[in-house]
Amino acid sequence: MSTINLGSIEKIPIGQGICFNVDGAEIAVFRQRDGKLFATQNRCPHKQGPLSEGVAGGGKVICPLHAHKFDLATGAGSEPHECVKTYAVCEQDGSIHLSL
Amino acid sequence: MNNPKPKLVVIGNGMAGARVVEEILKRARGQFDIVMFGAEPYGNYNRILLSNVLNGSQQAADIFMNPLAWYSENGIKLHAGVKATRIDRERKVVIGTPLKKEAPAYAVDAAAMPEAAVIEETYDHVIIATGSRPFVPPMEGFGGAGTFLFRTIDDCDQIAEYAKTCKKAAVIGGGLLGLEAARGLMTHGVEVTVLEAAPQLMIAQLDAEAGQMLRGTIEGMGIAVMCEKITTKIVRVDGRIARLDFKDGSTLATDMVVISAGIRPIAEIAGASGLSVNKGIVCDDQMRTSDRHIFAVGECVEHRGRIYGLVDPIWEQANVLADVLTGLNPKAEYLGSKLGTKLKVMGVELASMGETKPSLPDDEVVIYREPSRGVYKKLIVRENKIAGAILLGEIDTAGVLMQMFMADTVVSARRADLLFGTATGAPVLSVFDLPDHAQICNCNGVSKGAIKEAIQIGKCHSVSKVGGCTKAGLGCGSCKSLVAQLIEAYAGEVTEDPSEHYYVPGVPLEKSQLVAEIKRLGLKSVSAVFRELGGGKEDPGSKVGLASLLKTLWPGEYEDERDARFINDRVHANIQKDGTFSVVPRIYGGVTTPDELRRIADVAVKYNVPMVKFTGGQRLDLLGVKKDDLPKMWKDLGIPSGHAYTKGFRTCKSCVGTDFCRYGVGDSIALAQKIERRFQGVESPHKMKLATAGCPRNCSEAYVKDLGAVAIEGGLWEIYIGGAAGGSVRKGDLLCTVKTHDEVLTLMGRFMQYYREHGKYLERTYHFVERFGIETLRKIIVEDSEGIATRLDAGIQQAVDAYKDPWKEAELPAYPAQFSAPELAHALAVAENNG
Repeated sequence: MSTINLGSIEKIPIGQGICFNVDGAEIAVFRQRDGKLFATQNRCPHKQGPLSEGVAGGGKVICPLHAHKFDLATGAGSEPHECVKTYAVCEQDGSIHLSL
Repeated sequence: MNNPKPKLVVIGNGMAGARVVEEILKRARGQFDIVMFGAEPYGNYNRILLSNVLNGSQQAADIFMNPLAWYSENGIKLHAGVKATRIDRERKVVIGTPLKKEAPAYAVDAAAMPEAAVIEETYDHVIIATGSRPFVPPMEGFGGAGTFLFRTIDDCDQIAEYAKTCKKAAVIGGGLLGLEAARGLMTHGVEVTVLEAAPQLMIAQLDAEAGQMLRGTIEGMGIAVMCEKITTKIVRVDGRIARLDFKDGSTLATDMVVISAGIRPIAEIAGASGLSVNKGIVCDDQMRTSDRHIFAVGECVEHRGRIYGLVDPIWEQANVLADVLTGLNPKAEYLGSKLGTKLKVMGVELASMGETKPSLPDDEVVIYREPSRGVYKKLIVRENKIAGAILLGEIDTAGVLMQMFMADTVVSARRADLLFGTATGAPVLSVFDLPDHAQICNCNGVSKGAIKEAIQIGKCHSVSKVGGCTKAGLGCGSCKSLVAQLIEAYAGEVTEDPSEHYYVPGVPLEKSQLVAEIKRLGLKSVSAVFRELGGGKEDPGSKVGLASLLKTLWPGEYEDERDARFINDRVHANIQKDGTFSVVPRIYGGVTTPDELRRIADVAVKYNVPMVKFTGGQRLDLLGVKKDDLPKMWKDLGIPSGHAYTKGFRTCKSCVGTDFCRYGVGDSIALAQKIERRFQGVESPHKMKLATAGCPRNCSEAYVKDLGAVAIEGGLWEIYIGGAAGGSVRKGDLLCTVKTHDEVLTLMGRFMQYYREHGKYLERTYHFVERFGIETLRKIIVEDSEGIATRLDAGIQQAVDAYKDPWKEAELPAYPAQFSAPELAHALAVAENNG
């Protein structure tokens, strides 16, 4: 397992997510209004919608294409048989640290 | 485990096979080790919806009932794409071979790959659910390019693909499926002829008169119908189908042929295994074949001399078999099914049950005809019970008739009640009188007993809660009134589920209450609303709706939190299926200039835009744009945003009006441009599409817009509201007639403001206008019955004044990451840096 410093937390607009391309893998990192950080695979398992562009909050994100919902902490989806990969992420000294 | 579980092998993975397995799992999960053979390489799907795949209203992926994951989750071993060919009853093994990829699952020769390894599964019990195959009447030339059956997902795809190359198509078979196939083909733009061997359409469900009436209606829709036509030969010229020859010597020119002439049971495996086979696999009342370890279910079965090709009997058989096999009720018996169907054939409503003609001397026949409306109703009553009924064109009483027919209920002495309902409106049949096993929801097979249990034990006292618990009412929805009656019967009264009326799901208030609370507490941001009214809990599904409302309530003062916006409104462009965006510049009234067009073309070239397309709203759409190119393109264009992405004012189309048109009686172009300049950027509960027409010929489709203005002789303008021509089609209601462009602008603005204040989130104007009624709206908007016109006018003026071209954010993004592409990061490099 490795940890990556993705740079300043301020890159992520408050309440939204942005996408990082980590060695070819798209990972969405979300910064909630309450300060919590979450990271998931960026692509929705349904039709590959970019989850980083989705509306997020309350520990969930809604895919912008067809509104499938995912729990940011567990990766569980609203539709049967759909889930996303999640990653551990935290803030240290104002920087985003992602564990792979 | 020392005692292995008994092993159940199911041959066939269609609706019957999958259903019986579901029923077994429901009764005794884990009782059997289950293995399934499925000749199609998919999970199982709802064959009833296939015609929707053909006509394009559903995707193939949407009709799967159990995706492949379902099998593994339930511990079922599925041999997908493997055809079981024989049961060795001595060794008690089922033998299967993989199918060739291109062979249809129902092909007679099984087309197994010779080199493929044979698969063997031992068994304690076998269920054969091989279903049926389409019947092809004997004719020369069937097979090869241009000839199709209508049975599987692959058939649908191929028919649709081939139809693109054809002008004419013939459908052989005038039954239910044949007509569905004809409807599907019509959507692909071919001329369709339906050919039926019998003297009438749908001979299994209709009598001659109803068949004739249906024929008239269908011909009126542009589908040709020929009865008593037996095809003897498909004639090809230069390899392509040219015509059909009929037995009576006549011919028909056609480019393709689809056959839908009924089904025949697939029984080869039973025959090859020495089981008793007649027309189908012969079964007793417990669905047992001539071998006591082997059962059969579905369309491959012959029970008491009958073969069933509909879904309800299959469900009944599956229930009995599951009861017997699991030992829940070893004496369960299937005694045959009563058949009734309720359906829509090309928009014609139709219900048919039981017999279509009287057969005993004392049978009483009641008939009502109304040819001008295409209505026909027929009832056959035997010993005071319904022996058969046909309802065509008007089927209000079909639900109760079906219930009474299925349950053998003694019917009212006034037969007219059965066809038209009672004069007093009292129910013809009390659901209270039905036995518990009576099926209420015919789509999902939910019995009265199951609904009663949900009401009494599950405490479901609203129609939506009963639906959530039992699935009743979630299919076509026609049984919802019966569900409501049952709730009344067993719980006293139907409770409305209050959450159905919340403005957004995350804040438990209706719109009027929510507005009052927001104003009282002075809440100006979405996060403030969650904090004060949502129990401190953020709900992403509510953010966008709240943002829309707050922006209307606090023009100029609203605290715009960008995370509460949908992606389209964050980047002022419409997200596409591949994550790219579309750019639609504002073109006022659909009138542009050579200079503007040149700039659009230059931008399209510079940024490698993969598609440039005219929109339905008379503008140009640049599709397939990368997010980080958006601001650069806007700067180069120098044209404001067309707001083709937002819930709000979209566009105002126009016809050429008086400028050039010979017929125009009003200046529709100038009016459209004034409307578009005034209302651009105004947000609302849902999108608003507008148009102006220079005369009632309506070339710009103003009658079917959210708001439309139509010029009429005498220098007048009619204003229409609540029109639609998308997923719903509705002609707008005439609000009023005025003299000047300015009056049109005022009244349109006033209506928009009222809609902004009172519309539910995502409620289009056509629902809004129907909900309030045009008379009510005319009083408020035109006659000012509530004295709020001045306030409404001021409200919309504030929204107009607050207009800013969002594409100006190209110069100064609202936040740094607004238009950024994914940021590159490298795991190794940074991990090393971290030591």
